[in-house]
Order: sequence, then structure tokens, then C-alpha cells
Amino acid sequence: MTRFLLALAMAFSLAMGFAQPSAAQLRVVVDGSGNFKPTPLAIPDFQVNGTNTELARQIADVVRDDLESTGLFEMQNPASFIQKDLSIDVQPRFADWKIIKTDGLVVGSFEELPDGKIAVSFRLWDVYAGEVMRINGQPGRRLTTTPDNWRRIAHKIADSIYTRLTGEDPYFDTRIVYIAETGPKLNRVKRLAIMDSDGANQQYLTPGKNTVLTPRFSPSAQEITYMSYEGGRPRVYLFNIETGRQELLGNFPGMTFAPRFSRDGESVLLTEAQDGNSDLYIMNLQTRQSKRLTDNPAIDTSPSMSPDGRAIVFTSDRGGSPQLYVMNADKSPRTCPSGGRDIACRITFNKGQYSTPVWSPRGDLIAFTKQLGGKFYIGVIGIDGTGERLLTESYLDEGPDWSPNGRVIIFFRESRPGAGPQLWSIDLSGRNERRLQTQTEASDPAWSPLLQ
Amino acid sequence: MKSYLKITAAAAVLVSLGACASKPKPVETTDTAPVEVVDNTPAPQQPVTQGSVAPIAQGPAAGSLEDFRVNVGERVYFDLNGYRLDTDDQDILKRQAAWLASYPSVRILVAGNCDERGTREYNLALGERRASVVKDYLVSLGVDASRIDTISYGKERPIAAGSDEQSWALNRNGFTQLVSGTTS
Repeated sequence: MTRFLLALAMAFSLAMGFAQPSAAQLRVVVDGSGNFKPTPLAIPDFQVNGTNTELARQIADVVRDDLESTGLFEMQNPASFIQKDLSIDVQPRFADWKIIKTDGLVVGSFEELPDGKIAVSFRLWDVYAGEVMRINGQPGRRLTTTPDNWRRIAHKIADSIYTRLTGEDPYFDTRIVYIAETGPKLNRVKRLAIMDSDGANQQYLTPGKNTVLTPRFSPSAQEITYMSYEGGRPRVYLFNIETGRQELLGNFPGMTFAPRFSRDGESVLLTEAQDGNSDLYIMNLQTRQSKRLTDNPAIDTSPSMSPDGRAIVFTSDRGGSPQLYVMNADKSPRTCPSGGRDIACRITFNKGQYSTPVWSPRGDLIAFTKQLGGKFYIGVIGIDGTGERLLTESYLDEGPDWSPNGRVIIFFRESRPGAGPQLWSIDLSGRNERRLQTQTEASDPAWSPLLQ
Repeated sequence: MKSYLKITAAAAVLVSLGACASKPKPVETTDTAPVEVVDNTPAPQQPVTQGSVAPIAQGPAAGSLEDFRVNVGERVYFDLNGYRLDTDDQDILKRQAAWLASYPSVRILVAGNCDERGTREYNLALGERRASVVKDYLVSLGVDASRIDTISYGKERPIAAGSDEQSWALNRNGFTQLVSGTTS
């Protein structure tokens, strides 16, 4: 199995131009398609030093759930486990795990410390290579926290395992902000809400008196920018998650909307509409100076900045229908995919309308909503307009945002006419479409960066 | 009351006839819309006695919100993805402008609305454009710009709950709301 995986890894590495894995160790290929099979992993319950067996079991459950949610791993059934005397200090009997065809084995221990905190240690074993898989050069990891913070330990363990096995950056120890929707369609109540990446710890941040829309995380994770109808005026606000303080952003005479932080967190890009015309602005959060980015009689909105801060993708109907355009942040001319040089280059030329572009954290792709023939799609496209791929399709799929590692896209869906919105995610590979459970109907999801 | 109903029914027929020539107009159904009730009770057999006719029922009070809603029209409707005003829309806005000229203390808020078949942020921009087009037309007819505020609700304020062409047509509108200065 390992050899098969390795062969697969090499085949895809060559095809995708990635560096080949250096060691003959277990490696999970996230882009594998066609005959893709999830990698079998065994995560037995942790050894317990203390009395809180239940908490130890819950932590192991969250680790398993996180990894399984990627669609890349298949959790082995504990009933099939042969070795029962696992210890974190002793090498497992690999033969016992090969029999049940497990590629990776996680052995963990849970401790209650004298100061009331809890600690979890774990090792990741490559069953077929018969050796421990080092994490950041260490043969294991130990994490300590207060008992009420136990879920974050679980997410961090899952992140370590995911990163070690896939080579991708982690994303479980994150949060998702969204709009919680209640009430009838003609009198909708919309509240800002936040939850862990796995749907735990759901909380409402605004009371629902004013309609709020399109929240987005700051790269610092402590701030959200969003749009609110507070005082009957639709404008962009900043919201501090720690303090609950809300602050109006800027002093624009017209409606401001469609905010999004720059990748360095120092600015917010937004749209201002005046006299019916929507144009893009960028506001520096330190100086509070704003700079106009576009000046076009058409609608320009939904700006999203590239990770290097040099370019901006946005929606414009200057060509007659909503399409995606890319411009340089300094407004210098670009060489356009369609030929010629222009301040803003259109990058979508296939049939349909395109909107809500979001630049991927890796910089190479733009996620979008596409509308064609009565259907909505979430897709991705190269920044030069090549390689469009549609990942989802339904009655209404809208508003993609990226996991901080750029592997997963979250969006909202109304699955059929009249159905309320719900949150969904899909892997960049197009596999593993999943619904995220929320307490209410939900829309406009946005992913936080990795928590500190 | 009955004569008022007849007049509005006749007006509705005229409006719908006019509309057929250009584009299908959405039909708004709310509980405040006038409905003609057919009286199918048997005709009286007894001899008719002569008497005085009851006084004419009062319509909405002049200058009231109801007056504006019933006798002027508070919404214009847009084509899919559109923001142009056709002749029907212009007629409604001409009536609005004339009415506003009669009640100069009235201030209005023009809201631009969109159907649910667009993405949220683009629809906010499109709603703003629709509100602005309505405002500009009213100003061109002599309404003082300082009396008019605009707002976009994008797809956040539907008036028809269905997910069908007819509901979407209703939800693509410019809504003139009287915010102050009415007689009641």
C-alpha cells in the first residue's frame, strides 16, 4: 500500500511539477483523482493518566473527526484492533497493524497535571516503514492547556498529523464566521455568528436588530469586517471578537459594502456606491486614509487582493454583464490575457456571469460564483483566466472563501427553490462535498486564519 | 367605496393593457390591493322604494400614505439585470412627481431591490443603481433632490416569497417610501 501510495505520489508530483518526496515514508496525496482511495489510519483512544477518561475519549474523537472530514483518511474500526497494550513509550507491534491494513497509527496519552491543566502527547507511526514519523524534527508532540480549551488541543493534534502526512499547511485550528438566518423569507433576521471549523462552539455576535452581511476575517483573527444596516444606512464596520466593539469604517458619503482585508491585514478593500455608481477603494487601517482604485461608470465590486498585495481581482459589469477582472494595486497597466495592455484585464470569457472572486492564499487561483442557465456554480480559475474548473453546482451556490491553507472552499447553498441557505465545503480537488451543521440557516461564511 | 373600486379596477385594466405592449408587468398581490367583489345575491322582488343615496364613501385621505399607495403607485419594476425605466415606469414616476409637488413637505426614501437570482454584493450595487435611476428621474421632473434619499437592499428585502419568475419580477423594483410629511 505504501509503495502504491508512493508511486501515486510520484506520478502526481511529476504531473503537477512538484518536488518528489525525499524519503520513502507514508505520504498522502491530496490532489489524487480517478482511482483515489482514502488512506487507512488507526487512532485508538488515548492512554489516561488521571480520572477524566471521558475527556480523553472526546479529544481522540475530535482528532478522528477532523481527519476524516478531509476525505483523505479512512478511520479504522477500533473493533478490528489486535494490539490492545499500546503505550506511547513503546514501539507498536507493526505486524498487528499491517494485518488490518493500516498505513498510519496514532498513539496518544492523556494526563491531568497538578496545576489543573491537561496534557496530551502523541506519536505518529508509519506502519509499513516501521518507524515513527517525526513532526518538526521531533518523534512526537506534547500539548498542554486548560480543560475548557480541550477542543483546541484536539484540532492542533489533527493539524500536526494532517500536515505531516500531506505536506499541506494545517487548517483545523481555525474558526468560521457566518450570517445566521432566522424568520420568514419576507422578514429575515440576520445575525453575525461564529463557530469552530468543525461547527462546535457556535456563538452569536450581534443581536439581529440590524441586517448584517458578508463578514470577513482579518489575518489577525481578532477582527471581522462586515456590512451592517445599522441606523438605516448600509455601511462597512470593523468588529473586534474579543471586546465585541463595533466601529464604523471610514467616512464615505455613500453606501459602503463588500469589504475584505488585504492579506497583510493592514488595509480593508471595499466598494462605495454614490449616485448609482459603485467603485473600489482601499483604506489603510492605521492612517484611515482611503484611496480610490477604480473610476468607471459600470459596477465595480467584491475586491479581493492577491497574497503578495500587488494585484486585485474584482467583479465588474463594464463589459455588459458581471465578469471577473484583475488590476494592479498601484493601478499600473497590465498585459491582459486577451491581448493588449489595460488597467483592468478581464479574465473570464466562458459563457455565464461571474462574481464574488476570492484570491487563494497560495496566490495561483481565484474562487468564484458562476451563474449559467438557471444554475449557480462554485469554481476556480487561474489568475490569467486559464484552467477554469467548476467544483459544485446547485440551485444557488454562492460566496466561496478559502481555508487558510488553500485546500478547501467553504460556501453557502440553497439546494432547491425555496430552500433556506446552509453552509457547505468542498475540497479543491472537487471531492468531499460536505455540509457544515449550523443551529440556524446560514450564509456568507468566511474562514479565519490559523489561530495563534 | 364601490365607485372607487370600479375606478381602480378600470385603471388596473388600462395599466395592464398598456403593459402588454412592452413587457409583462408583475402583478402585486397584497391584502391592501383592491378586489372587486361580485354581488350575486338575487335581485329584490319587492317594489323599490325611493330614498336618498348614501353619501360617497371616503377614499384614502388626500396626502396620506394610503393615497400615495393606491392612487399614485409606490413601486416601479425592472427587467432581469436591468435598470432602465420604460414608459409604464415613467408614468408611475410622473404621478409620483406630481403628487410630491402637491405635498412639498413630504420626504421620500427610494429603495432599490433585486431578485434572489444574483450574488449578494453585485445585487447591492445593482439595487443602488436602480434607486439612483428612480431618484434621477424624479429630480428631472422637478422634485428637489434634497427631499430624496436612496438605499439599496440588494436581494435582502423581497416582497414576494416565491422562487419563481413571477416573484422575481416583483422583487426587482424601485420602492418609493414616504418617510415624513404625510397627512396621516
